[in-house]
Amino acid sequence: MEIILPIIVLSSLGILFGLGLAFASKKFCVAEDPRLTGIIKCLPGANCGACGKPGCIGFAESLIQGEASVNSCVATEDEERREISKILGVALKEKIKTAAVLHCGGGRKVKGRFIYDGIKTCAASNLIMGGHKACLYGCLGFGDCSRVCPFGAITMGEEELPVVDENKCTACGKCVAICPKNLFSLIAADKPYYTNCSSLDLGKKVMSVCKVGCIACRKCANSCPHKAIEIKNNLAVFDYSKCKNAGVCFTVCPTKAIAKREK
Amino acid sequence: MDLGRLIMIIISMVFINNFILSKFLGMCPFIGVSRETKPAISMGIAVTFVMAASSVITWLLYNYVLIPFEITYLRTITFILVIAAFVQFVEMVIRKVSVALYRALGIYLPLITTNCAILGVTLLNTNEFFKDNHAVAGSFLLGLAQSVFAGLGFTLALILMSAIRERLDLLDIPESMKGIPIAFVVASLMSLAFMGFGGFRF
Repeated sequence: MEIILPIIVLSSLGILFGLGLAFASKKFCVAEDPRLTGIIKCLPGANCGACGKPGCIGFAESLIQGEASVNSCVATEDEERREISKILGVALKEKIKTAAVLHCGGGRKVKGRFIYDGIKTCAASNLIMGGHKACLYGCLGFGDCSRVCPFGAITMGEEELPVVDENKCTACGKCVAICPKNLFSLIAADKPYYTNCSSLDLGKKVMSVCKVGCIACRKCANSCPHKAIEIKNNLAVFDYSKCKNAGVCFTVCPTKAIAKREK
Repeated sequence: MDLGRLIMIIISMVFINNFILSKFLGMCPFIGVSRETKPAISMGIAVTFVMAASSVITWLLYNYVLIPFEITYLRTITFILVIAAFVQFVEMVIRKVSVALYRALGIYLPLITTNCAILGVTLLNTNEFFKDNHAVAGSFLLGLAQSVFAGLGFTLALILMSAIRERLDLLDIPESMKGIPIAFVVASLMSLAFMGFGGFRF
């Protein structure tokens, strides 16, 4: 008989709390927008923050409030974009895929300035007189970009240079932000030619430390049929609004500082 | 409640019997939420609040339900029941009343629903402030003070740990020790220091 009392007391407590919670959930219920859950399901959920909102949920909320456009999220696939537009009832603008590109071809080919034995990150090396590479503008090769990439699109290649997998790259811009040498930029995927160097040094200095750097010889700028390349601060700079993928620059460049992306 | 007793409770709960570093309760949030200082502070506040509130509820439950029915041996399961229900309830209320507070605190509340530190402080209260199934003088307030300062001790440990771990992130730690392993080593060293408050016992 001793067991009866505890059973009664405990079960009545349980029922009491259960009813209380059920009542409270009715009384304090917060109506959640059904569109919100639908949109969150379509978003990648990486919380990369490239849209400038606090995570994917924040982005979904601002989508519903009409403050953001679907295209602000660079990581969503086309199919999901259509789905989100359908939920929101707005027309979808087609988006051109862009991908991150590294503007440095140095890597192992660049001479060292001193033996660096510190923490193995680009940020740390860069703090010591601009890094251990003889080229002050080039890649330091410790792969801060490959660690920060939320989609695993950047791997460190054998040349000690990051290799971007364009299929995985969503152009979220994290590598652009973290590279201490500002070597990444986002270029539309249908433009294969780019400057594979960021050195602003004079041609002679570039040649003394790196054989694949831009020496500002102006061959590309002069030969481009669309005048899409300009030499600014001893470096060939593309104007992608003019570039029509002629490819002359790629063939005339004496140091192979203009590169072509593999498809 | 005399002042001397209160000061004794404060020193005991924050330093000598610090819940994390001396009693080893609530290790999960201690490791899990101590990566950065800001969430660590939020978590500490949430834990302190839940500790204080659940000590009030469990005291009432113990004094007016469990003792009269003579089923004090069921306190563990009853306390878990009431704490879990209470935290759920608080979460609902906060969500309704203040979205900003829910954002800051809300995600930590489910984490501490069945946190052993909360249960620990309520069981400790019933151990210390009840004698022969009768509440000692001022036991309600003493219990409340004890749980508030246990929560503050928890917060202190969490903040210290998060500050250390923020610095650890910048150091050149061997690959195999990165993250959780080095955090455990640090935790054990901190625990040694806090155990020093209790003096040596052989």
